[in-house]
Amino acid sequence: MKSRYVRKIRDIQENMYASHNHALIELAGKNKKVISCYADFPPGEAGEVFQQKFPDRMIDVGIAEGHLITSAAGLADAGFIPFTHCHALFAVGRGYNQIRQNVAYDNRNVKIVFCNSGVIWGGIGPSHLVVEDFAALRAIPNLVILSPSDAVSSEKATLAAAEYVGPVILRLPSVGASYPTLYTTDLDFQIGKSIPLHDGNDVAILATGILVSDALRTSEELETEGIHARVLDIQTIKPLDEKAVLAAARRTGAVVTVEDASIIGGLGGAVAELLSENYPVPMRRVGVRDQFGESGTSDEIKKCYGLTSPFIKKAVWGVLKAKKKKAGAPKRKASGK
Amino acid sequence: MNREELVARLQAKAKKLRRESLFVMKEMGGGWLGGSFSSADFITALYFYRMKHDPQKPLWNDRDRLIISKGHACEVFYAALAEAGYIPRKDLKTYSHLGSRLQTHVDCRTPGIDCSGGSLGLGLSFAVGTALGAYISPDQTNLKADIRQQEARFRVYCVLGDGECNEGQVWEAAANAFHYRLDNLTAIVDSNKFQSTGPVQMKLNMLSLAEKFKAFGWEIKEIDGNNLYEVTDALDWAVAVKGRPQAIIAHTIKGKGFPSLENTNCHFLKITDELVKKGLEALGE
Repeated sequence: MKSRYVRKIRDIQENMYASHNHALIELAGKNKKVISCYADFPPGEAGEVFQQKFPDRMIDVGIAEGHLITSAAGLADAGFIPFTHCHALFAVGRGYNQIRQNVAYDNRNVKIVFCNSGVIWGGIGPSHLVVEDFAALRAIPNLVILSPSDAVSSEKATLAAAEYVGPVILRLPSVGASYPTLYTTDLDFQIGKSIPLHDGNDVAILATGILVSDALRTSEELETEGIHARVLDIQTIKPLDEKAVLAAARRTGAVVTVEDASIIGGLGGAVAELLSENYPVPMRRVGVRDQFGESGTSDEIKKCYGLTSPFIKKAVWGVLKAKKKKAGAPKRKASGK
Repeated sequence: MNREELVARLQAKAKKLRRESLFVMKEMGGGWLGGSFSSADFITALYFYRMKHDPQKPLWNDRDRLIISKGHACEVFYAALAEAGYIPRKDLKTYSHLGSRLQTHVDCRTPGIDCSGGSLGLGLSFAVGTALGAYISPDQTNLKADIRQQEARFRVYCVLGDGECNEGQVWEAAANAFHYRLDNLTAIVDSNKFQSTGPVQMKLNMLSLAEKFKAFGWEIKEIDGNNLYEVTDALDWAVAVKGRPQAIIAHTIKGKGFPSLENTNCHFLKITDELVKKGLEALGE
């Protein structure tokens, strides 16, 4: 059943990085252990407010992402709850061993905020556009990976991350852009629990991050074609909400995943792993097709990289066709008879 | 106790740790003997002379931290932890065996270890983070612009290898340590002149590590790291430095205490009964 927290009218766009920093301000006001760390990365307006209010709770380590993450583990040892901020690509790229060893393996209470993730923001070009982060992170044990889809869930995810005791990755999109707000401000965000946005039994569209909005819009358009899609916001990539994903597969028999990340090893990979072992159904993955990103406007990039409604619909028709074919296939006879 | 008595006591303890570390290494049949033996003297001085710590309370919030960044020379550290009382002596027999809390590089699952080692170059960053945290109280907010309280809650010691200083992140940490004026942080470089596959100068000539740390804004002291008079003096000096982190470049002999191995590349050796016997003889057992 569709979540009661989905806004009926989705007419505003808000910045997810700002709402994350607002959450940090709220947290730091109540919990003196919260510390915000940066690797010469812009804190944004809300981040600057945090700095004014809590000057001794903001640390910049310079352009040193590896040190950012390891030193955050040290701060956790000293009794704090650090949130680190840098480009997603450099966190996973230059900080991979550090995430794995200093945070995940040593089970440090560090929250690593992946800023400017994905290709859609275009931004500063391919050197900064990460597609491989979900794939690289999922295989690290003892790591929670959150991927909120709007400003409200970004705020709630931050609060949830602070309450959870252990390593957390919080993946955010472009820190400069605003995205459609999907949820009401009383959203009940729980780590590991997907949020149903649209009901339907023909196909399941499992989306994460800023493309959840596109998935929802696509499902509304599909209604006019008589296709009823179940849409889930997979706001936690790890641990995956296996119960909800399996239920969606069982109910619909056809699954499409949607993410601003590589189709290899991310949400699509996680869902394929689960379903292939437990309930194989036709699947299509919408995401970056094993390519690097590039400069451009978000609209241009979305179209060029197949991350828009038409592409989601194409994937839906694809799985529905495969589902129909599977349903129409003659049943195998028992051998020897 | 006068100085001579103190040093004599520490020398005896260091010898004991070298002996015990041989038995630890024997469990795996291989060990980082060179680096364990070169660091035994300052490790002894840290645990049994300088550091504020309580083996009964390994997670005491305000304990001095010892970060073993060169996490492979773990055998002598485990011997020190047993000697200090962090772990029962019988645990040393479990080293490297399945399920043991004594892993083959220092590991947080062992009481008394705060940062798992093995991946070189990371420990100093951890040390910087926790040293910085020592200057902030988690219980109150300092609303002044300056991040620091008056007194650090604890000191942090970080043991690095000289080869380890090839790793770039060591210098990210070094720059941050000075930038944040972490005078509660002392790095001790076990400068035993050999790294895994050869002499440090031949592998990657880092020139003078003392000059490098100095260039990064640290106060430095170069000592004979196997002379406990100099080691204890240096640790006393470090505590008195204000406003800058301290780097003690401990010039040591790889394999110190095992004459036939001294100054050879005894980085990692197969540990046989015969070698243990020879080592014990050399150590005067």
